[in-house]
Amino acid sequence: MDLKLKIWRQPSAHADGKFVDYQVTKISKDASFLEMLDILNEELVNKGEDPVAFDHDCREGICGMCSLFINGRPHGPDNAVTTCQLHMRKFKDGETVTIEPWRAKPFPVLKDLMVDRSAFDEIIQAGGFVSIATGGVPDANSIPIRKQNADLAMDAAACIGCGACVAACKNASAMLFVSAKVSQLALLPQGKVEAKERVQKMVAKMDELGFGNCTNTYACEAECPKEISVTNIARMNREFLVAKLS
Amino acid sequence: MTKLDSKIPAGPLAEKWTNYKAHQNLVNPANKRKVDIIVIGTGLAGGAAAASLSEMGFNVNVFCIQDSPRRAHSIAAQGGINAAKNYPNDGDSIYRLFYDTIKGGDYRAREANVYRLAEVSNNIIDQCVAQGVPFAREYGGLLDNRSFGGALVSRTFYARGQTGQQLLLGAYSALSKQIGKGAVKMYTRREMLDVVKIDGRARGVIVRNLVTGKLERHAAHAVLLATGGYGNLFFLSTNAMTSNGSAAWRAYKRGAFFANPSFVQIHPTCIPVHGDYQSKLTLMSESLRNDGRIWVPKKKEDAVKIQKGQMKPTDIPEEERDYYLERRYPAFGNLVPRDVASRAAKERCDAGFGVGSTGLAVYLDFKSSIERLGKKVIEARYGNLFQMYEKIVDANPYETPMMIYPAIHYTMGGTWVDYELQSTIPGLFVGGEANFSDHGANRLGASALMQGLSDGYFVLPYTMQNYLADQITVPHFKTDSSEFDAAEKDVQERINKLLAVKGGHTVDSFHRRLGLIMWDNVGMARNQAGLEKAITEIKALRKEFWQDVKVPGTNDGLNVELEKALRVADFLELGELMAYDALNRKESSGGHFREEYQTPEGEAMRNDNEFMYAAAWEYKGDDQKPELHKEPLIYENIEVKQRNYKTA
Ligand SMILES: Cc1cc2nc3c(=O)[nH]c(=O)nc-3n(C[C@H](O)[C@H](O)[C@H](O)COP(=O)(O)OP(=O)(O)OC[C@H]3O[C@@H](n4cnc5c(N)ncnc54)[C@H](O)[C@@H]3O)c2cc1C
Ligand code: FES
Repeated sequence: MDLKLKIWRQPSAHADGKFVDYQVTKISKDASFLEMLDILNEELVNKGEDPVAFDHDCREGICGMCSLFINGRPHGPDNAVTTCQLHMRKFKDGETVTIEPWRAKPFPVLKDLMVDRSAFDEIIQAGGFVSIATGGVPDANSIPIRKQNADLAMDAAACIGCGACVAACKNASAMLFVSAKVSQLALLPQGKVEAKERVQKMVAKMDELGFGNCTNTYACEAECPKEISVTNIARMNREFLVAKLS
Repeated sequence: MTKLDSKIPAGPLAEKWTNYKAHQNLVNPANKRKVDIIVIGTGLAGGAAAASLSEMGFNVNVFCIQDSPRRAHSIAAQGGINAAKNYPNDGDSIYRLFYDTIKGGDYRAREANVYRLAEVSNNIIDQCVAQGVPFAREYGGLLDNRSFGGALVSRTFYARGQTGQQLLLGAYSALSKQIGKGAVKMYTRREMLDVVKIDGRARGVIVRNLVTGKLERHAAHAVLLATGGYGNLFFLSTNAMTSNGSAAWRAYKRGAFFANPSFVQIHPTCIPVHGDYQSKLTLMSESLRNDGRIWVPKKKEDAVKIQKGQMKPTDIPEEERDYYLERRYPAFGNLVPRDVASRAAKERCDAGFGVGSTGLAVYLDFKSSIERLGKKVIEARYGNLFQMYEKIVDANPYETPMMIYPAIHYTMGGTWVDYELQSTIPGLFVGGEANFSDHGANRLGASALMQGLSDGYFVLPYTMQNYLADQITVPHFKTDSSEFDAAEKDVQERINKLLAVKGGHTVDSFHRRLGLIMWDNVGMARNQAGLEKAITEIKALRKEFWQDVKVPGTNDGLNVELEKALRVADFLELGELMAYDALNRKESSGGHFREEYQTPEGEAMRNDNEFMYAAAWEYKGDDQKPELHKEPLIYENIEVKQRNYKTA
């Protein structure tokens, strides 16, 4: 298939960016979206031009490194997949594809399609853990956990930290990301001990870093490649309220 | 003859580690603050070690290539992690896990290290559960286990098909806790390009800031490399795109011996190659072999029809299917170790029975499991893997068998380390996949995660401390010494040289060609002529690379092509060493299959009299042959046998 591409090019964090048009031809429908970009980049390098910078690593939908706002949607037109797992069969021959970086104040562009998502790490550093050190912990089976709770915790823990939720949200809210971690730990006895402090610290950090408020549009859930549920946000709000009241 | 001292503690096998810890040197808490440690890599090994060392009180500086420590390649592990808990009460024990690992590695690993690994495996599960890792559970609330290849017990703990992700996020949370406290300084988007030695000891690193292009100097009392494996040398592999061999290779060139480089693992269940634009191969977890049955058509005509698209797998009746693993290995069936399963697939495809349009694929079929257990159960076990398969291949594995083929997956070889995981450069420690230590010639499934976390949480924090005990009076190092100047200059020159070539071919084009040479000659089956040819071809390709590679842009800022060029330049050297090693080892063991050395039934034939050793290679200069040092492997607690997976 042949495609027209409109790609955001920005030489560095502080430079101005703009859309540049490219053309790719004879792309296999079985190629992945990133392989299509590889082909474009190989052509650019051969012409002596600067290839398009984009983040990626595992190409298996699990590391959360790939991003890309494709035709107005984080991770493109397919549901429940990351950009690296998006395949060209989801596009039509001759289509124009617009590719942008995540657009959110807390995620500044570094170059072209790459953004800085270290704000997510800072939120986890504020409290997204259980405060135990290595060694001296009880036998794993001495803490039985209801299977239903373990499964719900796993649903929340499946978040890959890609930032699509923030990119999808008109307020650039990080509520889905933060609530996934808060929920995972709140659902497990190991995490209960520090539940109050955790939710307060993580929410405070999120606000401090300039993420916006949640106005319940649920765009985050709709675009999440791992289908993390907004029920986590409700759970976090409850946790937050309880923490405040006690 | 040899300069190698493996430093295995004296005493009975089961007491070695306890004795070591009882007698090792410790650093007083107030002094730990005076000691700096550099950790390169935030996968399971690096992340766990950095968190644990920092909790003990050391000053830790951590570096990784990705934009966050949470994204290391460990995140992609799917199937599970082994431990000798014996929760299912099926006869498991520390000894059995130790035995299975040595046997699975085809008697080419060091007994003492493997025993320690089995011993601490149980602590890992306890640690991870305490961190809140949501392992799969039974209805009674206790932990669930599954089986993996090479074992007759169920000892694999898992978190759906995302075990690596959950374990890594556990280590990442521990690391984040330390970063949040200001006890660890984290440097992301950095690539280590050299080790700095002062008076013979590792005292620092040169790293490149991947965003600004600036070279940075960092000093410490000890350096830990936890930089993962070099499977990407083959271009197509299941590894993440930035996985590389450069840190280990640079250490090699500074004096750290490289052991068993030719021991690479080819995983039997990956999605087959489908086009020449392909950038990587996707693994389908080995856990699928619990419920999936592997087959090809019995009749060649049927295979040919399938290849031409004239027949579907579902058209082939039961009696016309060859479940070749069940046929050849009745005791282990579909759960034979990876090297055996991979070779058996290659054997069928080479004989013309392969399926798919290329004939380079076999079926992994869930039909009988779905009939026996119901679709719901299979979905709960493997749903995300089936979904991933469908997204990539556009076929529904609930209705038609998956197609799979072997692919490069893991490197057992790596930097040579002693019992303390210290390399031949004093003060340079190596953990996780980057070292050679525990898996011999073949790694069992679910044992890499175990090793990474064992090294990181439970071994390195002790052994590094033992080394550091007499370093407390050594003041913090400055980075303006002549040693740092020289190392930075070397790196700068390498970069300048790459940018100056301005040739006609992209880095990837060279990488692809290297991958093909390796896959054809240093892959699943090797022979003398092929290996000699590979050495000649790699040399020629390397020369061509330095004359004709095209690296656009400059070093001032983000330059992905330059990053790739630096890694591929190292792969072009490491590949040659792998071929040397494979040529030297005139036997078949584990993943290393020399066609000249096989039994009449086509099974690997070891030569214990001559090759029961770890081959550690010493760098002697760019155009010199490396020198081989042999670490003899002594089995005092295990009877060495021909591996047998036909009968239990
Ligand atoms: C698809 C897949 C599935 C797997 N499934 C399983 C499984 O189910 N069970 C199992 O036991 N094993 C599995 N494995 C193997 C296992 O995941 C790896 O062996 C293991 O995770 C390696 O961990 P590590 O900590 O050694 O290194 P990695 O996780 O590879 O981490 C390497 C780290 O080093 C950094 N790094 C590398 N080079 C440099 C440099 N020069 N400068 C700075 N930083 C650098 C990287 O940024 C990264 O942080 C799987 C592997 C793959 C590919
Ligand atoms: S590259 Fe890892 S999730 Fe896409």
